[in-house]
Parts: sequence; structure tokens; C-alpha cells
Amino acid sequence: MRTTAMLLAAASALALAPAAQAQDVAIRGETVHTMAGPAITDGVVVIDDGKIVAVGPAASMPVPAGIPVLTAKVVTPGLVDARSVVGLAGYMNQPHDQDQLDGSAPVQPQLRAIDAYNPNEALVAWLRGFGVTTVHTGHGPGALVSGQTMVAKTVGNTVDEAVIVSQAMVAANLGPAALAEGGKAPGTRAKQIAMLRQALISAKAEDKAPAKKGETKAGPEKPPSLEVQAMRDVLARKLPLMVTANHSQDIMSALRLKQEFGIDLVLDGAAEAYLLTDQIKAAGVRVILHPPMTRQYGEYENASFTTGAVLKAAGIPFAYQSGFEGYVPKTRVVLFEAAVAAANGLAWNDALASITIDAARVIGMDKRVGSLEVGKDGDVALFDGDPFEFASHTVGVVIDGKPVSSTAQ
Amino acid sequence: MTHAKSKALWLAGAAIAAAIGSNAAPAAAQERAIAFTGARILTMAGDTIEDGTLVIQNGKIIAVGSDVAVPADATLIAAKGRVIMPGIVDTHSHIGQVAGADGSGPIQPEVRAMDSIDPLASSIGKARAGGVTTVNIMPGSGHLMSGQTFYMKLRGGRTIEDIAFEMKNGAALGGMKMANGTNPMGRSGFPGTRAKSASLVREVLTDAKAYCAGDRKKRELAKEALCEVLSGERLVHFHSHRADDIMTVLRLKQEFGFDVLIQHGTETWKIAAELAKAGVPVSNITLDAPGGKLETMDLRMDNAGILERAGVLVSIHSDDAIVDSRMLLREAGLAVRGGMTREGALKALTINGAKQLRLDQRVGSLEVGKDADFLVLDGDPLSAYTHILETWVEGAKLFDRSRPEDLLLATGGYGAGSPMEASHHHWELAEEEGLE
Repeated sequence: MRTTAMLLAAASALALAPAAQAQDVAIRGETVHTMAGPAITDGVVVIDDGKIVAVGPAASMPVPAGIPVLTAKVVTPGLVDARSVVGLAGYMNQPHDQDQLDGSAPVQPQLRAIDAYNPNEALVAWLRGFGVTTVHTGHGPGALVSGQTMVAKTVGNTVDEAVIVSQAMVAANLGPAALAEGGKAPGTRAKQIAMLRQALISAKAEDKAPAKKGETKAGPEKPPSLEVQAMRDVLARKLPLMVTANHSQDIMSALRLKQEFGIDLVLDGAAEAYLLTDQIKAAGVRVILHPPMTRQYGEYENASFTTGAVLKAAGIPFAYQSGFEGYVPKTRVVLFEAAVAAANGLAWNDALASITIDAARVIGMDKRVGSLEVGKDGDVALFDGDPFEFASHTVGVVIDGKPVSSTAQ
Repeated sequence: MTHAKSKALWLAGAAIAAAIGSNAAPAAAQERAIAFTGARILTMAGDTIEDGTLVIQNGKIIAVGSDVAVPADATLIAAKGRVIMPGIVDTHSHIGQVAGADGSGPIQPEVRAMDSIDPLASSIGKARAGGVTTVNIMPGSGHLMSGQTFYMKLRGGRTIEDIAFEMKNGAALGGMKMANGTNPMGRSGFPGTRAKSASLVREVLTDAKAYCAGDRKKRELAKEALCEVLSGERLVHFHSHRADDIMTVLRLKQEFGFDVLIQHGTETWKIAAELAKAGVPVSNITLDAPGGKLETMDLRMDNAGILERAGVLVSIHSDDAIVDSRMLLREAGLAVRGGMTREGALKALTINGAKQLRLDQRVGSLEVGKDADFLVLDGDPLSAYTHILETWVEGAKLFDRSRPEDLLLATGGYGAGSPMEASHHHWELAEEEGLE
């Protein structure tokens, strides 16, 4: 049920406009959560040429004449999904739409997300419809180093139109989700870490490697392999290593890797992080926390709805994610996940931050997205009530100043 | 189990129970009446009662209303600001480590879920934390017929008899799980097409018909169970997603006259009028996203609302672990998001499911004479911020959020999973066996 009508001037024309051609638009909300200060009652956000040019109370900031105005009960920044596989993993779950994992080798940091992302995937539209405008997506669980991730807006007909960071992180996975079977490596947790350390050490050492056995003289200098290049970017802290680790020993293994190699570590999953808040805090690591509704089985057997609240209280930066689902539902939705956290000890504003500004910080995109501030991208989500209430709807989504959805979802 | 016996067991097993977090400590129904006063009572059998009183005794509801007589010796519990509603009837779940038919063939009606369920599994305690008090535990959907389902009451208990909704002639009440579509297809010895699936079912039911009409001197367990299906005594729970598969179920029903509940019914929105006309009810699931397999590509959040408007009797189920039992109220909230009425969504969690399982004489609403199965909540059941504070089953408070060991079951956390559950492989198995 919609309580607020949306005024959408020339809706069909807008929908057909090319992504690059941004327009002016204003969004007026009974409550505007900018996530950069207190919420504004009867607030207005003005977007010009895709960027936010004004934010403030309607009383003191009249809407420029002649531009379309969208109205809603509650307005928030476009939501940021801090870790997903959508676009690589498709909703049909058939071999032809599952590109989040290549099983041919356990360590493949050279696999780029942009070479697999399908911007027209139904799950991308599904997330967008609920207000998700930015998604950090890419290779998934299942291999020790499954590949790279990227950051995209949830619009665009080609990956080039969608992408905002083509190489965001390198995705590594510890624990049972990345164990190989049938005598193949890695078959144990200890082997996983040995292989990961070796990959990093080899990348560091390859410059000084002697000519191969049998070669009488050094040939022309060969460029390093793509794998080594990617690992060097990790060593140089150009790319964070995002390590999925859920059991406490896996989390500690990830922290040891950071200690040994000085890498920029991002903890992912982190189901048992509540046991290790001191260590995670001391390591200065940010966390992309598992969705609260992740099934509490397997390596998530000790997961809790309350972990976000625990991390927040400990002062550990974190964000929620939609994560990876191998079956039904094929994706989770961060809006729904943050709602569960908000009902389990995380303050309302902190829950919204975990899928907006804090999520943007965790993936390094807070200069552009995550809050409604002048100069940032014109990404906005509109709701007909409290965004976390089950029966509320997302009633509008704006990306780069362009209305991309206006159906209640 | 007698009260004394159960108490002794409880004392002996308390340490274990705490350790495994099963919350299965039996608690006997009270002989002295208990009256909850000042609550908002959603009876599911008429209008909501503001500032109402619920009186229970010996495991039954003895009074409910805004102005009811309370026995002089009753224990009074002030419930102002609280909401009381019937315990949830989950029409489709896989809690308790249930298993059914094995890989030896697609049709195994003789197999009983009751012979596999672990009453101490932590998933049962979690379901109670989620407000479930009656549940239909089913074998998986990887067979055309995977066995007899188990109607469970979530009493404290350590044996299958303790937790059976009702035992009858040595067996527990339950239905028959059937499935069509892709889940039962493709494996060696299993059908390869939809038409073959239907023909195998027709063949086995036709054979059974002859057996049931005969002297039945040589007992065949499989056919005995099918006689109960054919007589309508045993309800068929038919897993079916696609509209055409559901129409196949209606044809089979037409031909053999069994009584059926459509389970999942992902595409029932396409054939709501046909279902209403046939008078066939639906046990529906709402998920956070479509897809995951081809049969659920057209999943819609407004499905339950469409069925409601078409006049189909619809319940909302967890299919735990597909949806965690603790998210059932949320699922009803999503149904409202999709256009279902609030009243309809709450009925879909309670009385509608009770009617579908034919247990509505005892559960599903707060009415005099019915089992004292109810939830105490701190607010609107369909709000994201509401918590279930207490779950009462037959007059015993078996979940209490203020107890640390119960809170652990409600939220998860270290030790919330039971080492008695084969949890590490549960999910992978579920996928392989089509346990959804």
C-alpha cells in the first residue's frame, strides 16, 4: 500500500533515456536520512547532472522550478551492498549463468569480475528494485582464491556502463567452503594457509628468480604472469585481500596473513567474529559481515543475528552483504538483512549505516556514494514507510540522478 | 510420560539439555489455572480483543475474552502491552533431522518420517523460539512419493511419542509426501520426464486400488499406506512449483479422489481461479528472491495475496531450513508487503494451516476447549522489531526469551547448533536430496 504518490514527470521518457544523459531531479521526503548528520524532516535532495547539488529542509531550500520532483515518506541514500555475486551468479542457477567460480585451480587471482558480469541479470534488477544502487560483486566462495571483485552501479546495459571500480578486491576463502575433495589440494585448513602464503611469497620473489633449469642464459625479460601481477597488487596494498573466514581459527589465520605480509585485509563472513573483537579491533581490520539470515548450519553453525551489534559496540567498522546463495533464494537483499540486525540489538541508524555509508567506507567508495551530501552521486532510495518494516515498500530508486524504478516493491 | 517420570528425566538430563541447547526439557501442563490479563489477543476466530484475558488450565484454553470469569485461585499474569496469538502451525518443515525414502526407488509410501526424527535436534528448539507449536515435518521432494509425514506438537519431550501430535494404532498422525516437477526426476531408477512421473504414480495408485478392495490378508505396507491415501484418510502433501505441474496434481486428484494440499505452489498465482474452483488449498512459501532453480523463476512476493483474493485457503510455511522457522512471522510480513491482508497473513500462519492439516479442532486459534498453544509478543506480530517473548505449548511455557539458554536459540550464537545434528553436511545433503 502506498501512502505517498510519486510524481514522475515524463516517466517513460526518463526510463528510455541513455544512462550517460543525466537529468535534474529533486526528491522530497517527509524524513530524509542523509547519513551525514541528523535526519531532516521534510527534506529535499536536488540532483544536477547526476550529482547532488543541494540537501536540506524544504522550508529553507525551495525546489528549483521546472524540474521533476519525486516524493516519498522516507528517503535514504541508495543502498550499498558490500559483497555479492549477482551479475556473475544468475537466478536460473544453471551452468550457463553461474560464473562466480572456476574450479580448474585453487588460486586464480587473475580472474576479473568485469569479464563475467552480466548487467542485465534479473537479480541485479531485483536488488535495484529494493533500493540497492551500488554493489560490490565478483567471484564467490568455493576456491582458495576465486578471483577479483568489482564495484558497479545496478544499472547499465553493458559492464562499462555499470562499473565504477573494475578491480576492487581479490577474493580468498578459508574453511570448508574452499576445501577440495578427492585428495586434491587444499584438503585441510593448514594446507589452505600454506598455499596462500606460498602464492604471496612467490609473487614477491619472482623478480629475483634465476633462469629456469636448462636455460643457459636469461632470455628477454618476461612479464610476470597475470596471477603474480594480481598478487603483487595485493602485496602493494593496491588491492585489498578479502578473506572469507567464519570459524574463529580461520579468522585468526587471516589476521596472521595480514601480520606477515602487511596486506590490506578485509574480513568477509566472520560468523564467529564476536569471539575475537579485541583481535580484530587491534588489527585494524574492517568486516563485511555475513547476512544475519544466513542459515545457521555448517561453517555458519554459530552465526548470530546479533553480531552486527557486537561489532558496533566494539568499534569495528563493518557492513552487511547479500553474500552468496547456492540455491533458493538465489540472493539475499541487504535491506532485509539490516532489518534483522535492527531488531537484534543494532541501533536503527547504525543498521541503515551498515548498508549505506559504512558499507561505502568498507569498500572504499565513500567519496562517491553512501550518503546524501553535496558532490556525491545522485543515488537515492524512496520508501513508503520505515524501510526496515516487512510490509513497507521501496517506491522509487534514483541512480546518478536518473529514476530507474518507480514500482512499489 | 507421567509428570513424575518426566520431571525425573528433566533433572537427570538438565545438564545435557543446557549443553546441547535443545530446550527440550519437558514441562507438564498446569493444574492450577493461569490467567493472562490486559493483553491484545489475536484469537484468529473473530475480532481482535483489546485489553483481553486468556485463561488456561490443564493444557487447554478455558476462557478468552474481554470480560471473562477468572477462577479465584488462578495465577494472574499481567500482560498489558503484550500481544497474544495462537502458536504457529507450520505446514511444511524439515526440522528434527528428518529423512524419508532412500535412493532405491521413486515411490516409497511405507517409509515413515517418525522413524527418523531426532526429538532433541536443536532445530526443534529454534522452531519453538520462532513461535512454532504445531508442525508438519516432511521427508524431501526428491521422490514421487518419499514417505509419511509427521504431525508434531512442539512439547518438551525426548521420544517421538512425546512429540507426536497424536498417536493412533501405534503410528503418528501425518500425511503422505509426494512431489512432481524436476526434483524427483533424473536419477538412475527415477523418472526422466513429467509424463513418466505421472504415469508411475497412476500405476501405483491403480495397483493399490485393487489391493485395498481385496482381502488384504498378505499385508503390504506400501499399499496399506496408499489405501489411506485413496480413502482420503491420509492427506497428500504435494510438492509442486510450476503451474502445469500443479494442474497435473489436480488431474490425479480428480482421477483417484485423494485429498491434497499443494506444497510451495510457486506458480499458483497463474492458476488461482482453477485452485479456488477445485477447492484445493495451498501451503505457500515466500522467499527473498526468485530463482535458484528453473521452477522458481516466477516466484512472486504477491502470490499469497493473489490466492487470498481468489478465495483459496492458503497457509505460509517455512520449509525450514529454506526459511528459518524463526523467520515465519517475517514471511507473513512479506506476504502483507505483497498485498495480502494483515488478518489473512496471520491466519495463514495459524488457523488456515490447522484447517489444512485437519487439526483445527485442537489448534490454530484461541478458543475455549482448544489446546493452550500460544505466543506472547512485545508488539505487532508483523513488525520487524517485534520479538516472541514466550512460546506456550499445551499450557507449558517452553520458550522464554528472558532465559539465556532460550535467547541463544532465538538469536543463534556460539553453541546454538547442536552437536547431535549432522549440521555440517545438512545443507549439501538438502540440495542433493531435494529436501525442500
